[in-house]
Amino acid sequence: MPENIAFGILALVATLAALRVVTTRNVVHAALYLVVVLATVGALYVLLAAEFVAAVQILIYIGAILVLFLFGIMLTRPTIGTDTGLDNDQRWIAGVTGLFLLGVLSFVLVDAFGDEQLPDLGGVSREALTAERGTAAVGDAIFSTYLVPFEVVSVLLLAALVGAIVLARRD
Amino acid sequence: MLVNQFLILGAVLFCIGVYGVLARRNGVLVLMSIELILNAVNINLVALGSLQGPEAAVAGQVFTLFVVTIAAAEVGVGLAIVLLIYRNRASVDLDEVDLMKG
Repeated sequence: MPENIAFGILALVATLAALRVVTTRNVVHAALYLVVVLATVGALYVLLAAEFVAAVQILIYIGAILVLFLFGIMLTRPTIGTDTGLDNDQRWIAGVTGLFLLGVLSFVLVDAFGDEQLPDLGGVSREALTAERGTAAVGDAIFSTYLVPFEVVSVLLLAALVGAIVLARRD
Repeated sequence: MLVNQFLILGAVLFCIGVYGVLARRNGVLVLMSIELILNAVNINLVALGSLQGPEAAVAGQVFTLFVVTIAAAEVGVGLAIVLLIYRNRASVDLDEVDLMKG
């Protein structure tokens, strides 16, 4: 079961790095741990045979959004370094909330899906896999079935860009 | 592979993100925690799509792409707002942003 071993390693790395994102005392380290989380999630997409989403994850998240985050840190923090004031005083209640939510979600998921298996794609040929759920299929779907949502999203992205420029501009 | 492997990993990342949103008071770190939450949702979309067959797999991937786009827009606007808060109050401490508190 090589894919299960790969999943185990990726899940462990993602969880530990995500925990560091929310607990570290250095803002820049939080951004760098976020890179690890995003990269492992991208690898999980590859494991699920979603290679285009994996590429987008690396390009958009690590390439663009992370750079935005680093710029945000740079612009809002005159001194880069360890900082004790990053957490507020409701850390314990937040931890309890998170654990409670995890308990509820895990119970519901185990109850709903039990040990349902993902379809085994190992036996499918690479050509068939690419044709039915690969990049070509995703592109076809975006520009046929999901054309209207795609255009709406592009207008929304434009509006967000204009809004961000208007907000951040000095005048 | 079990579908629950992915779904429970998604739940774990989601809960870590919720903890981060609740416990952090630096605006940029709260936005990073929101990214964790969005990634958890994306894992769920791709995994559940993959469970239902090729057509649903494509649908799940397309929706994931939409969520990534929305996340990019959200970070852009969010960081602009954090930058404005920093410019007006010289800190990004969200506990101090209580103008609308009754």
